[in-house]
Amino acid sequence: MDRADKGPLVIGIGNPWRGDDGIGHAVVDALEGTPGLATAKSHGEPAELMELWQGHEPVILVDAIVTGAAPGTLHRLDAREPLPRGARYSSHGIGLAEAVELARSLGELPDHLIVHGIEPARLEDGADLSPAVLDVLDQTIRRIGRDLAASTTKAG
Amino acid sequence: MSETRTIEVDYLARVEGEGAMYVRTEGDRVEEVKLSIFEAPRFFEGFLRGRDFREAPDITARICGICPIAYQMGASLAMEDVCRVTVDGVLQDLRRLAYCGEWIESHALHVFMLHLPDFLGYPDAVTAAKDHPDMVRNGLRIKKIGNAILRLLGGREIHPVNLRVGGFYRTPTPAEVAGLREELAWGLEASCEVAEFLATLDYPNLERDYEFVSLVHPDEYPITHGRLGSGSGLDAAIRDYDDVFTEEHVAHSNALHSHRSDSGEPVFMGPLARFALNRERLTPRAAELAERAGLGAACRNPFRSIQVRMIEIVLAFEEALRLVDGYRAAPTEPALPVTPRAGTGFGATEAPRGICYHRYSIDDAGLITDAKIVPPTSVNQPTIEADLRELVQTHLDLPDDELRHHCEVAIRNYDPCISCATHFLDLTVDRQ
Repeated sequence: MDRADKGPLVIGIGNPWRGDDGIGHAVVDALEGTPGLATAKSHGEPAELMELWQGHEPVILVDAIVTGAAPGTLHRLDAREPLPRGARYSSHGIGLAEAVELARSLGELPDHLIVHGIEPARLEDGADLSPAVLDVLDQTIRRIGRDLAASTTKAG
Repeated sequence: MSETRTIEVDYLARVEGEGAMYVRTEGDRVEEVKLSIFEAPRFFEGFLRGRDFREAPDITARICGICPIAYQMGASLAMEDVCRVTVDGVLQDLRRLAYCGEWIESHALHVFMLHLPDFLGYPDAVTAAKDHPDMVRNGLRIKKIGNAILRLLGGREIHPVNLRVGGFYRTPTPAEVAGLREELAWGLEASCEVAEFLATLDYPNLERDYEFVSLVHPDEYPITHGRLGSGSGLDAAIRDYDDVFTEEHVAHSNALHSHRSDSGEPVFMGPLARFALNRERLTPRAAELAERAGLGAACRNPFRSIQVRMIEIVLAFEEALRLVDGYRAAPTEPALPVTPRAGTGFGATEAPRGICYHRYSIDDAGLITDAKIVPPTSVNQPTIEADLRELVQTHLDLPDDELRHHCEVAIRNYDPCISCATHFLDLTVDRQ
């Protein structure tokens, strides 16, 4: 397969109508138009993710992640290690970690996949991004930029 | 001597329902089994009041991320009933096609991601995928075809925005519809293979004497319309739903329980009920597979519901192909005109999990004055509890963790729409 032919990709995951769950989309909105960088938005459905990232390298996923840490805390997970799966599935959807691990089981995981997670403050219907999350938006984008630069250097 | 043991499964973010199970035993007797739904009340029926009748499909679609069409269609049918409009012909065909998409994506998610690992002997689909990658990959692709139908007809796959009272906002071009064909043809063949495979697996024995209730229709396997039918001979119009069934609140659940008004007995809705009451109206391939799987005239073993869901996926593919091939031209108008008039209307369709019933009253200006919505999982609660009681009684000798596993597997048989009650089960066994 022509892995890495299509270059780097950032996928924002989440629901912009659910407060800080919209952070993934907000990051992608900010990155859109960056030369040489592909971006996409997704609900996180595994088949869709696998199709989106096919041929891209590296792949960066951005999503709200609840660990119980303070709102605005940034998490970075490298998928070379299995992602921690808190529980399995619900009948309504499949979580991000499950989707990534499913892709790994199926041999559909990019060589280099990093998840940037942001601890949300609120997930209410119709809410905007909270100040705590807006405060770390730029920082998240800089951290993604560093990952992209590192992988370009390595590739070069 | 009394002993209480508590086993907890941690909760997760991004879950859309919360449930728990409580079992109390005394000696070798099961005294109490309660399936608790503590998902907070959502007050949809309350805040629909005062809204325009045309808003009901879009508002109620938000009730469920996996079966929004059931809510949009039920609300639309009820409003059309009040306003004396009948949607038929090509628009009705497109509605059935959209609904086939919902059945495919909802059933596929449940069969491949949630239910199948139980029968293959894996804790979850991620683990199962390592040994059965093609099965899981095909399952994801089948689900995606359902999503593609919803995206085309609904505008997007989650909470579609293109369905309305009277029809659609925009109808697709024949070329767009034909674009679905290749994947649908693949999906039909792939689904038939899976149905054959499922017939080779072993299932626990549990035969239950259900009172099945589903829509029945003389000409077709019921999806978008029909009359209320049951295994004991019920035959009633949708508008009689509230006479036939009584809803009541029980302390341990935020979802209302239902039972037959005449006998007080619980009823069971969903794939097993549809299959039993509409066996002779299965599509050809689905009928052939059911025959070969030895499912008989009716399947009363809830563990075999996975086979019936798979057969309904086959049926949905056959129906979708028929409807796609029959779509020669877009209708002249995407929706029939609907003028409000004061009254009460009724609508019911077969959601993936069973009958989804809607009743609305509107005034002359088209404002909603009263709303009632009954989802199938709510109706099925007493039956689920009765089945679990039977299951626990026969497995009381097991340690708590094994008993919990049995109960989790059993609850998944019903594909309950409190999603989490299935996998994030908080089981308390109170042994006295």
